[in-house]
Amino acid sequence: MKNRYHFGAVLSAIVLLCCGALILGQKVNAAGEGSITGTVKLDGPAPHMKGIDMSKDPYCVKQHANSPAHLETWVVGSGGGVADAVLYLDGWSGDAKTETSVPVFDQKDCMYTPHVLALDTTQEFKVITSDQTAHNIHPLPNPMINVGWNQSQPPGAPPVTKAWKNPEVIPVQCNIHPWMHGWFVVVKGPYAVTDDSGHYTIKNVPPGSYTVKAWHEPDETQTQKVTVAAGGSATADFTFKAK
Amino acid sequence: MHDMSAHAVHHGAPTSFIRKHIFSLDHKVIGKQYYALALVAVIVGMVLSWLMRLHLGFANFAIPGLHLLSKNGAPGDIMTPEYYLQLMTMHGTIMVFFVLTTAPFAAFGNFFLPIQTGAEDMPFPHFNMMSFWVTFTGFVILMASFFVSDGPTLGGWTQYAPLSAVGAVSGPGQGTGVVLWAFSIAFFCVGQLFGSLNFITTTLDMRCKGMSLMRLPLSAWAWFITSIMGLTAFAVLMPAVILLILDHIAGTSFFVASNLVINDSLLPHSGGSTLLWQHLFWFFGHPEVYIAIIPGMGIVSHILITNMRRPMLSHRVLIYSMGALAVLSYMVYGHHMFVSGMNPISSLAFSFPTLIITIPSTIVVLIWLGSLYGSKLRINSASLFALGFISMFISGGISGFFLAQPSIDILLHATYFVVGHFHLVMAVAAIFGIFGGTYFWFPKMTGRMMNESLGQLHFWLTFVGAYCIFMPFHYLGIAGNVRRYQAFVDDYLIPLIPVHKFITVAALATGAVQLIFIYNLIYSRFWGAPAPDNPWQGTSLEWSTATPPPHNNFGDKMPVVYHDPYQYSVEGASSDFIMQTSPEPVHSADEEK
Amino acid sequence: MAKILAVTIIVIAIASAVPIVMHIWPLPQDISLHGHLIDEQYTDTMWEAGISFLASQILLAIFIWKYSKPAPNAGIKRFPGGAAALVIAAFVLVGTEVLALGVFGAKAWGQAYFTPPSADALPVQVQAGQFAFYFRYPGPDGNFGPIHPNLISEANANFYGLDTTNDQDSKDDIVTAEMAIPVNREIHLLMHSKDLGHSFYVPELRVHQDFVPGLDLSIHFTATKIGKYEIVCTQLCGLGHYNMKAYLEVKSQADYDAWLKQQAALQ
Ligand code: HEM
Ligand SMILES: [Cu+2]
Ligand SMILES: [Cu+2]
Repeated sequence: MKNRYHFGAVLSAIVLLCCGALILGQKVNAAGEGSITGTVKLDGPAPHMKGIDMSKDPYCVKQHANSPAHLETWVVGSGGGVADAVLYLDGWSGDAKTETSVPVFDQKDCMYTPHVLALDTTQEFKVITSDQTAHNIHPLPNPMINVGWNQSQPPGAPPVTKAWKNPEVIPVQCNIHPWMHGWFVVVKGPYAVTDDSGHYTIKNVPPGSYTVKAWHEPDETQTQKVTVAAGGSATADFTFKAK
Repeated sequence: MHDMSAHAVHHGAPTSFIRKHIFSLDHKVIGKQYYALALVAVIVGMVLSWLMRLHLGFANFAIPGLHLLSKNGAPGDIMTPEYYLQLMTMHGTIMVFFVLTTAPFAAFGNFFLPIQTGAEDMPFPHFNMMSFWVTFTGFVILMASFFVSDGPTLGGWTQYAPLSAVGAVSGPGQGTGVVLWAFSIAFFCVGQLFGSLNFITTTLDMRCKGMSLMRLPLSAWAWFITSIMGLTAFAVLMPAVILLILDHIAGTSFFVASNLVINDSLLPHSGGSTLLWQHLFWFFGHPEVYIAIIPGMGIVSHILITNMRRPMLSHRVLIYSMGALAVLSYMVYGHHMFVSGMNPISSLAFSFPTLIITIPSTIVVLIWLGSLYGSKLRINSASLFALGFISMFISGGISGFFLAQPSIDILLHATYFVVGHFHLVMAVAAIFGIFGGTYFWFPKMTGRMMNESLGQLHFWLTFVGAYCIFMPFHYLGIAGNVRRYQAFVDDYLIPLIPVHKFITVAALATGAVQLIFIYNLIYSRFWGAPAPDNPWQGTSLEWSTATPPPHNNFGDKMPVVYHDPYQYSVEGASSDFIMQTSPEPVHSADEEK
Repeated sequence: MAKILAVTIIVIAIASAVPIVMHIWPLPQDISLHGHLIDEQYTDTMWEAGISFLASQILLAIFIWKYSKPAPNAGIKRFPGGAAALVIAAFVLVGTEVLALGVFGAKAWGQAYFTPPSADALPVQVQAGQFAFYFRYPGPDGNFGPIHPNLISEANANFYGLDTTNDQDSKDDIVTAEMAIPVNREIHLLMHSKDLGHSFYVPELRVHQDFVPGLDLSIHFTATKIGKYEIVCTQLCGLGHYNMKAYLEVKSQADYDAWLKQQAALQ
């Protein structure tokens, strides 16, 4: 009886060791990482973004006295570049946790900065508030995939640190300021978010063939196949159409 | 039935610690257990009110150590909006259910109702034991909700649907928190139903020889009336909370209407009624506030009579008035719903019984005042709190004139005026009744006297403090200050914040004063002077037995009652009081014949 | 001791009355056509309640003062008339008092709730939701387009769930976050909730009405004074309840027209 247990323990130790070796091996492989870059553009004129009336909270109104707030569904730069699109590698099977930085999701002037926060699974992020009015952060994941929460941050409250376990596109909103809407885009593996001119660079991509997926809110996606050479860079441009 | 109860009553004195002090069948032990539960609950409730007041008086004030209570609720020790509401809900629920119903009714009633009726015990001691332990379980469940992931429910003690019925989508604590709340209340209802049955049967069936109903002391009458209300009120609340639980866990829609959208998604409910919850809740809720206060009226009358050395001007009128309050309390519940969206004609219909209920209340107060006239008033801690009760009851009752009128309710509904009103008339008054009862009966319950100087000091500071806290609430309400707000961000509320600061300081100070009481309670319990059998020269049966009473209340000889309960200052009598058990004849015209 | 208590009670009673008598925290000003009835009712009640309050507290104090140090063998005195007198007094005094209050109060209530809005009342819709009010004006066609709950989207600022591509009536509807109304014009306010119970309370307007999910309610009122006021929620609706509010702007007809035009342009 006792021996059986010993046998089991040894066996699991061996299995663990092998797994460890495999994982380490991968890291070693990653030495010749390349990248994927490109631009995301909008086809046609930028859609009109409705203004936001924040009059219920005079603090918010004051913050926007000189820069009227409007919806951020389509943020289109000069030349048609689309901001806040998320690009990632479809079907990524490498490291579970590639990204280790701790990005910040700020509640500033009664809006979310950034409007879209992309994350690797289990990557930690910080929710902070720069406002002198209380917000509640209320992400709404599918309860079968991730565990949601709903928690307020009064002025001066310390950051809330969280992470998402599984890949999912999660809308987040503040109920106190119903216009406040943003997104957590949780993916597996390396990712990038387009800047104001629509450019992006996915770094740390090991050589190989990939399907690059581009996401734009609310639920539009496009894919492209690329091949990344060791230490090299591949390109994938996307064009969305506003509905 | 008769056999069973006879058997139950003659249970022998237990010998093991557990049967004696924990799973006891003795109504006196159960009464003390209820008292202990109420004491723990009131301390929790009071600490919660301090936290709430600190937050209201000093917005975003970091309360040191608060994050230990809840990491999410108080990040960096700063209370979040939802945590304020969660604490407020727990404060209200704990206070109404686990303090105001348990202490004056279940605790004192359990201990003294059988003794005052001349019974050996309650007729169903096992039910009585279950009554306490089921109630206790309810309390544990409620406390447990502090420790679930997103904390206790934030829906207020009234738990209005659909906020309470749609689950976690509507806010923190609205999932598990509400379900725990509802289970806690369901347990509480079961406990009180058991208790009420025992009280009613004790009063009707267990009276000793010579004890006619009219010879029962006013406190016994108050418990009797309250238990009848308990039976009907909790019997309505229990199904209501069960329906609420079903809306959560079985996908029913008793209280949720169709086509509701939260967080941009359509709720999977349809066809329920929002107002149904309010009707069910207040059909319980209004009687409940009388369940909280009528025992206090009885206790205060009992204390006053002993300390005025005279019976009330009319024993019967007081009993009938309390009975009228009980009956009317079921007909007035709609005054909580004047602007709820029910038919405005109903509002008017509910306003008349509400105005009429001021008549029996006035009669009670006038009888108290009229009896004070020409009395021989003794001042001690118990009588001070009884007099304080009357003052508070007047102050709180008067504001009812405003709230009884739907037209004025347009201005005052859901403002701090209501908060001031119910705290004075129900909360503070009832607590004064509990304090009075404690100073009065502590000797009988424990065999030791309480410290009188500390008791009086406690009274003075509490009396003045309570007014400082709760009077300004009315002014806030008149100025339109909405209740259940965790901060005052509206332009017209900002000038009122200094008043909130004042109230907060008063609340902290008055709260601290209660430590005197707790110290007195604990000190006297162990080191107080030994109490004689009849320290206040009272007449009712609890004073004719030993201190503390033996297991079967009266020892070998069951009492025989010869008189109305309050034979004080009877002309020609040998002393200024004649015990109910004294065969001495009463010559003078008996006031209550 | 008893004398101190008597004095304390009197001091507390008088001190409690001072802020009321001095109007330190008065009722909010009344800017409505119907409010004066409510205010008169309130004032009458304050007189009756105030007198009852002071009288009973002072009586309590006097009796405590007087009867707490009796001569050692003094007997018990009976209140003149006994219980019967007090019961009759309660019925007669309080009975007539409450009857009068009830009857006159019914008039004030009826004024607010039992009169229909006049035919030319201006219809405005208000929708309550966690934790904001949104208002809707019917636009030039005078009709409100239908609400599609499944289209409600705070993310896209479609707070009412309007389908402006397919519903003709919705095309010119104006949805706003603050409420502006012309002065001295009757408003017919159509109320509904998109999610939970809320309330519409404007102290200055003497208007207070809960939203009932699943039930469309309406109230009507006329504002008589230009200015900026606050609409607040008084029905606990969740964590943001304290911050659920909107501004009410009472404007001259010309300013109102201009405002509406400006809002229409923002749709
Ligand atoms: C230490 C003294 C107390 C203080 C300072 C205090 C303070 C408060 C405050 C600030 C609120 C919130 C009011 C609001 O925003 O609606 C409240 C609510 C309440 N209190 Fe107290 N309170 C005290 C004692 C009591 C007692 C003894 C009772 C017993 C009945 C009680 C019953 C309630 C109830 C039922 C509510 C309503 C909760 C709700 O809205 O759901 N309080 N109290
Ligand atoms: Cu916010
Ligand atoms: Cu609200």
